[in-house]
Amino acid sequence: MSLAIALVAVLIVALGAGWAAYAHAGRLRAGSRLNSLPLYHGGYAALWAAIPALLILAAWAPIQSRLVDQSVLSSPEGLALPPSIMQREAILSEAREIAAGEREQGFNPESSTIAPRIHAAHSLYSAMGGGVALLVALGGGVLAYRRSAPQFRARNGVERWVMVVLFAASLIAILTTLGILLSLMFESLRFFRMVPPQSFLFGLEWSPQTAIRADQAGSSGAFGSIPLMWGTFFIGAIIAMLVAIPLGLMSAIYLTQYAPPRLRSWLKPILEILAGVPTVVYGYFAALTVAPVVRDFGLSLGVKSASSESALAAGLVMGVMIIPFISSMADDSIAAVPQSMRDGSLALGATTSETIRKVLLPAAIPGVMGGILLAVSRAIGETMIVVMAAGLSANLTANPFASVTTVTVQIVQLLTGDQEFDSAKTLAAFALGLALFLITLLLNLIALHIVRRYREQYE
Amino acid sequence: MTDVRTDIPASATAKPGARWRDAAASRRVRRRYVVERWFRAAGLLAIGISVLFLAFLLYSMGSKGLGGFVHYEARLPIEFAKTDLFLDPATLRAPDANQKVRAADLEGAIATAAKAAYGAEAEQMFSEAASYSLADQIVRNPDMLNGSSQVWLPVSSRIDIAAKQEGDAASEKLVSLLKQRGALRSAFNTTFLTASDATDPSAVGVWGALKGTFFTILVTMALAFPVGVLAAVYLEEFAPRNRWTDAIEVSINNLAAVPSIIFGLLGLAVFLNVMNLPRSAPLVGGMTLALMTMPVIVIAGRNAIKTVPPSIRDAALGVGASKMQVTFHHVLPLALPGILTGTIIGVARALGETAPLLMIGMRAFIAAPPGGIADSATVLPVQIFLWSDEVDRGFVEKTSAAIIVLLLFMLLMNGLAIYLRNRFERRW
Repeated sequence: MSLAIALVAVLIVALGAGWAAYAHAGRLRAGSRLNSLPLYHGGYAALWAAIPALLILAAWAPIQSRLVDQSVLSSPEGLALPPSIMQREAILSEAREIAAGEREQGFNPESSTIAPRIHAAHSLYSAMGGGVALLVALGGGVLAYRRSAPQFRARNGVERWVMVVLFAASLIAILTTLGILLSLMFESLRFFRMVPPQSFLFGLEWSPQTAIRADQAGSSGAFGSIPLMWGTFFIGAIIAMLVAIPLGLMSAIYLTQYAPPRLRSWLKPILEILAGVPTVVYGYFAALTVAPVVRDFGLSLGVKSASSESALAAGLVMGVMIIPFISSMADDSIAAVPQSMRDGSLALGATTSETIRKVLLPAAIPGVMGGILLAVSRAIGETMIVVMAAGLSANLTANPFASVTTVTVQIVQLLTGDQEFDSAKTLAAFALGLALFLITLLLNLIALHIVRRYREQYE
Repeated sequence: MTDVRTDIPASATAKPGARWRDAAASRRVRRRYVVERWFRAAGLLAIGISVLFLAFLLYSMGSKGLGGFVHYEARLPIEFAKTDLFLDPATLRAPDANQKVRAADLEGAIATAAKAAYGAEAEQMFSEAASYSLADQIVRNPDMLNGSSQVWLPVSSRIDIAAKQEGDAASEKLVSLLKQRGALRSAFNTTFLTASDATDPSAVGVWGALKGTFFTILVTMALAFPVGVLAAVYLEEFAPRNRWTDAIEVSINNLAAVPSIIFGLLGLAVFLNVMNLPRSAPLVGGMTLALMTMPVIVIAGRNAIKTVPPSIRDAALGVGASKMQVTFHHVLPLALPGILTGTIIGVARALGETAPLLMIGMRAFIAAPPGGIADSATVLPVQIFLWSDEVDRGFVEKTSAAIIVLLLFMLLMNGLAIYLRNRFERRW
C-alpha cells in the first residue's frame, strides 16, 4: 500500500514544482520578455519531477514483490514451509492476502505465521523504493525550477517530453506483441519438456486427462493436436466459408451494383448490426436453436451418429457471423476497381452481370482473396460459438453431423476446469495458443500483403 | 443502361444489321437477360438470407427472453401472530429494521403459510426471492405483523414455468388451483434488474453482471483511449519512416486481427501469474480488454487524423505555432469526433467479448455485486455463458432476457457512434 502513498506524494511534489516554476516565471515576466510562456515553465518543472520518479516506481513494483518473496522464504518461518512449489505458492498467496488485510485467515495454518513477515518485508522495501522515487522527484523538480530564466526555452523542453510520451504510447503495441509471443513461448517450452514436440504436432489422439491415481482408467494423457487442428479447419475454413463466401460476396455485389440508394441505406446498417452481435449470443443461438434442427435433419438423412453438438451447427452460425466481414472486404475491393474499366465493359454492350463477372470480379480478386484469408483467420480464432455448439470430443472425422472440437474450445476447457498448477494439461493450453497465434499471424501477414500490393496496382 | 436494342425499325438498319435481329440472336439476347435477372435475384437472395437470419435471431431471443422480465406472483395469506418470527412492529421503526427482518426465518414462515393455504404440495411453491420481497414489505409497513394479511410473493421457477408454458403435473395442478382462487398474477420482474447471480433461476438478476461490466469497461476506456490516441498521433504526425515505425505499424495491424482468446492467455500469464493481480477482478479484465481495444482505437484515430486537411496544419505553422501546438491545438480537436466514433465501436466490441475474460477467471459464481475494480466480478456476456450452461429449465428465459439487455447496450453504443459520426463529422 505504501507504494500508492509514494505515488500520491510524487504527484504532489510534481504539482508543487510546477506551480513554483509557474509563479517564478510570472515574476520574471514582469522584468523582461520571456522566451516561453510561464505555463511552459511550470509544465517543464512538473514533468521533470514526475516522469523519472514514476518510471522508478513502475520499475520497482515488480522487483519489490520478488525481493519480498525472497526475504520471506529465507526467513526461519519461510524455510519451514513444505518443499513442494505448488503448496508453497498457495500458502504464499494466502499470506499475501492476509498481510494486505483482504482476509482474516487462510486454509493453511502456515499462512498466518508468515503473514507478519510479508507485511514487514513489504513495508521495508516499499519505504525504500518510495523514498528513492520521492528523492528523485524532489531533485528533478528543484533542478528544473532552477533553470527557469527569461531566455530558457521551456516550451521546447516540454515538447521533448511530450514526444517521449507519444513514442512510449506507440511502443505499447510492440510490447503487447512481444508479451504475447514470449509468454506463450515460455509456457510452451515448459510443456514441450514434458511432451515431445513431434507427438504434439503429429499425434492423432487428444485426451489431455492425465491419470491422477495409477488405477484410473481411460486416462492416457495423449497430446496429439491433429484432431483439434482438423476440427478447427473443418469448422472455420470449410463449413463457415462455404456459407460466408457466396453469401458475403453476393451481398456485396448486390449492395454496390444493384441496390437503389434508399435500400442500401437500410441494408448496410443491418449488416453492421449482424457484425456487432456478440459472439456469445451467436453461440447460444447455435446451441439452442440451430443445433437441434441440424441433428434432426441429420437423423432424417439417415446419419445415425448425428449429434446435438455438431460441426455443421457451429460452422453454419459462424459462417453467418463472417458474412458482414467478407461483404465489407469485397465491397472495398470492388470499389477500388477503376470506374473506367466498368464503363468500358458496359459501353461494349455487356450486361451488368457480365460486367461484374468478367471485369469487376477478376480485377478485384486479389483484394477479395485477402479478405477471405482474414475471414478464415477470424473464424479459426473464434471461441464462443464453438465452445457452446461444437462439443468436446476430439474426433478425426469429415462427417459434418458429428461432434468435433477445436483449438479454442480445448484452450477454454483446459484452463477453466479444475486447474492443476504446472501440469502438462494446463501448459498444453499455452502450446495450443502459440500454434493458434502463429497460424493466424501467418494468415494475417499474407492477407495484408496481398491487399496492400493490390491497392498499389490501381493507384 | 447499355441495352442491345432489338426493336430498331428495319428502315433504320442497313443489311449488315439484319443479323442482330434474326431468331438465334434474339434468343441469345433473351438468355443474357435471363442470366442477368437470375444474378440480380441471387444477390438479393444472399442479402435477404442475412437479414432473415438476423430477424430470426432477434425474434427467437425476444420471444424466449421477454418472459424473463415478467414473473408470476401468488397471494399468500399469512398470520404473523401464529408464526414463530418474534418480530415486534415497535422495534422495526429503527434504522436497522432491514437487518432485523432479514435475520428472521422468513423462508420457514412462508413455507408453513403456503402449506396451510394450498396444501402439502405448495410448501416449496415460492422463490428464494420471496423472502427478500416479504422482508421489504414488512420494513415498509411493520404494522402488517399485527394480525393476518395477504401478501403477493414471487413463485418458484417450477411454478413460473407451469404458469407460462407447460410444467410438470404437480405444478400444473397447483397453478390451476391458484388460478381458481384468483391467487395468481403476473408482474414486472424487478428482481431480474436488481439481483445478482443465484442458484435459483427465479431469484437471479443481471445487476451484479452489469456493475462488473461497468467497472471493466471503465478500466478499458481509461487505459486504451489515451494510449491509443497518443500512439495514433505519434504514428500519423511525428514518426520518421524507418524500421521501428514499420515494426510498430505491422504489430498494430496484426494485433487488431489476433484472436481474442490469445489476449486472455496473455492476461493469465502476465497479469495473474507474473504480476499477481487479483483473479476475477474487473481490473485485470479491463487491462486485458484494453490491450485488445487499443489497436482498434489507433487505426480509427489514424484514419481520422488523416482526413484533417494539410491546409489547417500549414496555416497554423504559418502563424508560428510549433509542430506540437499544431497537433494538439488544431489537428486533434478536429479529428476527435472520428476518434470517438472508432473508440465507441472498439469498446462496444470489448463489451461483448467473453473468451478472454473466461481465461482470467471471471467465470466464478458471484452472488454479490462488486464494490470496486479489485473485487471479484463477472460481466454480462460471461453471465450469459454461465447461465446457458445451467441445466434448470428456468434459466433458458433468463439467459435470453440477459441477451436482450446485452443487445440493447450494444445497440445504444452503436447508435451513439452513428449519431456522433453524422453530427460532428466534417467533409473537407
